[in-house]
Amino acid sequence: MLSADEWQALRLSLQVALWSLLWNLPVATAVAFVLVRRRFLGRTLLDALVHLPLVLPPVLTGYLLLIVFGARGPIGGWLQRSFGVHLIFTTAGTVLAVAVMTFPLMVRAIRLTLEGIDRGLEEAARTLGAGPLDRFCSITLPLMLPGVLAGAVTAFAAGLGEFGAVITFVSNIPGVTRTLPLALYTALQVPNGNASAARLALTSFTLGLAGLVLSEWLARSLRRRLGREAFHA
Amino acid sequence: MLDVQVYKQRGAFTAQVSFYSASAGVTALFGRSGCGKTTTVHMLAGLLRPDRGHIRIGDALLFDAARGIDVPAEERGIGYVFQDARLFPHLSVRENLRYGARRARGRATHFRFDDVVELLGLAALLERQPAGLSGGERQRVAIGRALLAQPRVLLLDEPLAAIDVARRGELLPYLEDLRDRLSLPMVFVSHQFEEVLRLADEVVLLQEGAVAAHGDVISMSQSPALRAIVGAESLGAVIDGVTGAIDAASGLAQIRVGSGQLRVEAAELRPAQPVRVQLLARDLILAIAPPSGLSVRNSLAGRITRLEPDGTAWLVFVDCGGVTLMVRVTADARAGLSLQIAQPVWVLIKTVSLRGHVFSRLPSPPPGSKPG
Repeated sequence: MLSADEWQALRLSLQVALWSLLWNLPVATAVAFVLVRRRFLGRTLLDALVHLPLVLPPVLTGYLLLIVFGARGPIGGWLQRSFGVHLIFTTAGTVLAVAVMTFPLMVRAIRLTLEGIDRGLEEAARTLGAGPLDRFCSITLPLMLPGVLAGAVTAFAAGLGEFGAVITFVSNIPGVTRTLPLALYTALQVPNGNASAARLALTSFTLGLAGLVLSEWLARSLRRRLGREAFHA
Repeated sequence: MLDVQVYKQRGAFTAQVSFYSASAGVTALFGRSGCGKTTTVHMLAGLLRPDRGHIRIGDALLFDAARGIDVPAEERGIGYVFQDARLFPHLSVRENLRYGARRARGRATHFRFDDVVELLGLAALLERQPAGLSGGERQRVAIGRALLAQPRVLLLDEPLAAIDVARRGELLPYLEDLRDRLSLPMVFVSHQFEEVLRLADEVVLLQEGAVAAHGDVISMSQSPALRAIVGAESLGAVIDGVTGAIDAASGLAQIRVGSGQLRVEAAELRPAQPVRVQLLARDLILAIAPPSGLSVRNSLAGRITRLEPDGTAWLVFVDCGGVTLMVRVTADARAGLSLQIAQPVWVLIKTVSLRGHVFSRLPSPPPGSKPG
């Protein structure tokens, strides 16, 4: 069984992944919608910006977060002065780092389903008297659901394991920022930590696998329920 | 009342469509693929904005470029049945039907849920998901969904196109029922003349984005522009009539045609039933003397009014007491019989050749009785 410290790391990981997921959900949905449906200047730039954390070394992402959200950073400083919010060395900062790292995963998944939705269905809704917001809520959003859910589960599972950005941005503080992978790393650094590392590794492995299976199953069952009609692919 | 005058430039394609239809019946937009039919109905529905012109339906001005009026699609109250049905895949049939109905608050209810379900035979489908429905079933649900939104006009964009050819016959009677039982103006888009003649009262013929001809089905069935599209095999005069007595022994019904009588198989006809008959030019036989000793049951006396070359054959127009029929003859037959204008002739029609070309109708609703 897991030790008290290991339980703490697991609990913190779940907490952080969940919070970053909740923050990301509306934002990722909105960004995916804008990227798919709107043509505007700077769209390519936004697209690149969203996907940057996927290709940058996580340590660099963490460093960039430090620069922007640090105590003297343009946003970090403002947050601290105006709201007294501290991000560095805090759980809130951990949530931010995980959120930024998993954001592209969610946007990609949502975007894929959104691109597959037949715009004709929204046209049909229009001729039946549905205005723009009504159409989005009654047609577009429910049809996006498979992508949103699949993206959420993947992002959650990936969020449990985020390491580089977290340790760079908020360091490795037990009970505050030490999530599962950080605890695993720590265990590997100390003598006699092998047993603990194995337990943590197995926990991470199980959670990640469960997340992927769940995400696949959700997407498939929703697609089956909706039939092929909604999707071009 | 439909008053449409729209102009739209899309790349190299220009649609310039004007027509006026006073009746509350079915107006067919007819023409080859790519002639601007769907573009036109999209403009009617408000899904595409014309560059110029106006659209008036009944007493509602929906679009007028000059006056800056452009009622959004969701407020036009136009029922649109798409070619591919476009049922909402995440909603059951019942929820699909309710979708428009929920959003039609404020408009008078002309079409009640139970009536529409009954009219379109949807009772058994209500709890099903669209993914499991056949093409014909989807279209019926789509029609029901559009009707329950309480539209002032119903647009049907090739509702039969996405259905297997073999099963199209199953949907047509429902469409005929709609026409006969609802007093709702309909615009029916098609490139199949058989569908048009069964359903429509008026035909607007579109060619390359413009109206090539416009008139009632009877007169349009002989218009040269339409003949060019319909093709030799399906070309024929269309006549409307009313069945007279039905002879129980022979199972034949009499239909008055001009000065003569036509006998048709009465299988599904009642006495005094309004019918529309298509007499295919290729099925008719011409005689220059009163025929005798033939098995042909129908012989209509008339006079040749026109002779026109039709490919390698000739098309002979015969006036049979006010009704013009078209007969296709070979050039050889024309020369051999030395057919000439004003010549008295007899048109012979095999009763069995009319099988599948006699369509019963209810009298069209009087103009001005449309809802909304």
